[in-house]
Amino acid sequence: MQAARLKDRATDMSSTIDTSPEQERVWHLDEEPHHADGHSTPLGFWMYLMSDTLIFAILFATYAVLGDRYGGGPDQKALFDLRLIALNTAMLLLSSITYGFAMLNMDKDNQPGLRKWLLITAAFGAAFLVIELYEFYHLIHAGYGPWSSAFLSSFFVLVGTHGLHVTFGIVWLFVLLAQINRHGLTNSNRRRVETLSMFWHFLDVIWIGVFTIVYLMGAI
Amino acid sequence: MATAAIHEPTFLFGKLGWHSLPLHEPVIVVTFIGVVILGGALVGALTYFRLWGYLWREWFTSVDHKKIGIMYMVLGLVMFLRGFADAIMMRLQQVMAFNGSEGYLNAHHYDQVFTAHGVIMIFFVAMPFVTGLMNYAVPLQIGARDVSFPFLNNFSFWMTASGAALTMISLFVGEYAKTGWLAFPPLSQLSASPDVGVDYYIWGLQIAGVGTTLSGINLLATIIKLRAPGMTMMRLPIFTWTSLCTNVLIVASFPVLTATLVLLTLDRYIGANFFTNDVGGNPMLYINLIWIWGHPEVYILILPLFGVFSEVVATFSAKRLFGYSSMVYATICITILSYLVWLHHFFTMGSGATVNSFFGIATMIISIPTGAKLFNWLFTMYRGRIRYELPMMWTVAFMLTFAIGGMTGVMLAVPPADFILHNSLFLVAHFHNVIIGGVVFGVFAGINFWFPKAFGFKLDRFWGLVSFWCWVIGFWVAFTPLYILGLMGVTRRMRVFDDPSLHIWFIIAGLGALFIAAGVGALLMQIFVSIRNRKALAVGGDPWGARTLEWSTTSPPPEYNFAFTPVIYDVDAWADMKANGYSAPTSGFRPIHMPRNSGAGVILSGIALVLGFALVWHIWWLAALSFIGMIAATIRHTFNYDRDHHIPVETVISTESRRLAHAGGAAEG
Repeated sequence: MQAARLKDRATDMSSTIDTSPEQERVWHLDEEPHHADGHSTPLGFWMYLMSDTLIFAILFATYAVLGDRYGGGPDQKALFDLRLIALNTAMLLLSSITYGFAMLNMDKDNQPGLRKWLLITAAFGAAFLVIELYEFYHLIHAGYGPWSSAFLSSFFVLVGTHGLHVTFGIVWLFVLLAQINRHGLTNSNRRRVETLSMFWHFLDVIWIGVFTIVYLMGAI
Repeated sequence: MATAAIHEPTFLFGKLGWHSLPLHEPVIVVTFIGVVILGGALVGALTYFRLWGYLWREWFTSVDHKKIGIMYMVLGLVMFLRGFADAIMMRLQQVMAFNGSEGYLNAHHYDQVFTAHGVIMIFFVAMPFVTGLMNYAVPLQIGARDVSFPFLNNFSFWMTASGAALTMISLFVGEYAKTGWLAFPPLSQLSASPDVGVDYYIWGLQIAGVGTTLSGINLLATIIKLRAPGMTMMRLPIFTWTSLCTNVLIVASFPVLTATLVLLTLDRYIGANFFTNDVGGNPMLYINLIWIWGHPEVYILILPLFGVFSEVVATFSAKRLFGYSSMVYATICITILSYLVWLHHFFTMGSGATVNSFFGIATMIISIPTGAKLFNWLFTMYRGRIRYELPMMWTVAFMLTFAIGGMTGVMLAVPPADFILHNSLFLVAHFHNVIIGGVVFGVFAGINFWFPKAFGFKLDRFWGLVSFWCWVIGFWVAFTPLYILGLMGVTRRMRVFDDPSLHIWFIIAGLGALFIAAGVGALLMQIFVSIRNRKALAVGGDPWGARTLEWSTTSPPPEYNFAFTPVIYDVDAWADMKANGYSAPTSGFRPIHMPRNSGAGVILSGIALVLGFALVWHIWWLAALSFIGMIAATIRHTFNYDRDHHIPVETVISTESRRLAHAGGAAEG
């Protein structure tokens, strides 16, 4: 894996030949530039994450504009229970650590360890979702749904979009487990575990923003 | 006017019912009959000539960037005919609706026509054209064999096509939005637009937007990762540079559109209060957000065409482009500045003098790098050996037309002037001046320039000239009156007029539109005649004496583009290769690693179309079913690990020997 990566890098930089205009022309290399399978995936996925960040940026901006428009309804202080959110946040942060353990196991080619830690990650992720759904259910049940005020609209869509991402992350994780079971730790599966890792940590970073801007700044 | 809102929705069909068919609109019924006859003839012909299998195998499922690029161009051309029909209808209405006449379009229909015209021309004509040119030319220009994510490329195309299809369905089933092309709330809210029109608008754009964003990421990764050895950033052809900047803009702005439309959707579907006038909602937020996407979008459309003009000017002046680096930096400047000017679209909406001044000045500053580009093109022509082939003619027409459009843009950028001119026909004339004069002329330059590369024969010059003159004259006859009317204070999107003194200008504008219609007809004729005479028009790899890498391979290029990846030593790689005695190798071929075709893109986009339709009509069971189907199909696709193959060396050798034999006769065109 490491070797393949280094090789890929070497050919990418095409450092083997001097191409300044004064040089004697050699029109073709003896060895064709080789682009390993999945050579662009990390870069492409980073760019996808950046575009997703922009979606969240818009939702944060919307919350910043509408977050104090209560339409005569309750404000953040009246609705948020910080203890619940602390628990929620702990679940998501722990899931990031356990994903890190999964990655360490993959680097050691320890497949059972990888599977175990991925499952634990999924469990923490699911716990996070359950708590979030409980919070949503509680709010809607008490008569404060996303239709109640502009503040609540922007709150539900920001937090809910993050929750939707976590849901997709968990679905992805189980699909990946099935694929590892079927094909083992092939190069493509390793790449997929790494890509999901980026996605998972990305959701963590977004949550730090949600936690700080929505909950902490709202409740203090 | 009968609307769906007064009918009770059913479980099975949601809001859809017989009443949704616009049978009371004779114009639409006649159009529908025409579409059925022509569509039936097309399907019948394809079946009779047994072409479905060929189309499926060689085109629909293809991951070849060249074929996908061509499919984008075909989509753009088909949708252009629809969008242009809308334009002719508006011109005709405004000619007729004087002296007490209501014209022939009622308000219900007319409002849909101007909305559909705007949406289709931007999203389903200009965007596919631009994406098609980039898809076709960029990998060839950088010496790559395909894009970074070939399957994703196919999927992106079909998502764009699905969005276009959903928009087209609205013509015959239900109705389209009556809000103008950006669907500002509160007009686009359920309270003011209870019909399905805005929902068609939303889901058509969301589906196509997925395709656009993914294709942006794809082309970015391609340009960064797949350049041939020696192709440093400052040796990229200018078209590739402008494509790079365009795709940066796509990736950094389409998510904004997606998020904004999601918020509008939630307002309409679950009663959220983002952009309503109730319990704290703020319609101005939508105006800001949509233009934060909308302004970069303008540059997404024009930048690649700036690239086309740069390639064309250098080629047909037989000179290296004047000021290559300044061209690159000007492009980057425009890319950045395009994010800092969105507020100039609504100077009159109460931001105050300070904010307006900032955005007004920022807007005027954009004209500096743009002006630098114009001078670079002029200096390239200066003392060049200019050949007035069709691409060059479009380029010169662009320079003259676009410069004037740019100047009226600077006029509009002055806030006090904008207070007089905003929402008037002056504005309409301005943006048609830059979009037709820039984007459309550029696309025609690009088509005439690269068509021989894509198909191995040139486009007919006579019909090309007819099309050119009809378009250029028609444009000025059609839009100069709109400048004048705008200065007289006539607002846009008007259906009937009281003041008979305005009539003459609308008649002139209508005549101009007829000229343009002749230009469109001549364009179709040009394509038809060229295909008929393709033997006589056949060319070799480099028919124009061009300078960039795509001309170093044969026309059309083989599936793998280059049997051997070339090493690059200079800007204008092919010019450098010609100057230093390059000859294509005739031996030592190797098997070539290529991606495999896949039908998953068609299937996923087809399900997305069903999902969009179900959501428009509130057919919840179908929406749920198709959503689950989409997830399942996606997961199933990820279990397919067999995504590439090697073209055996024998195939490469036989292809290359055929190519060499062919190129031998007409190598330098």
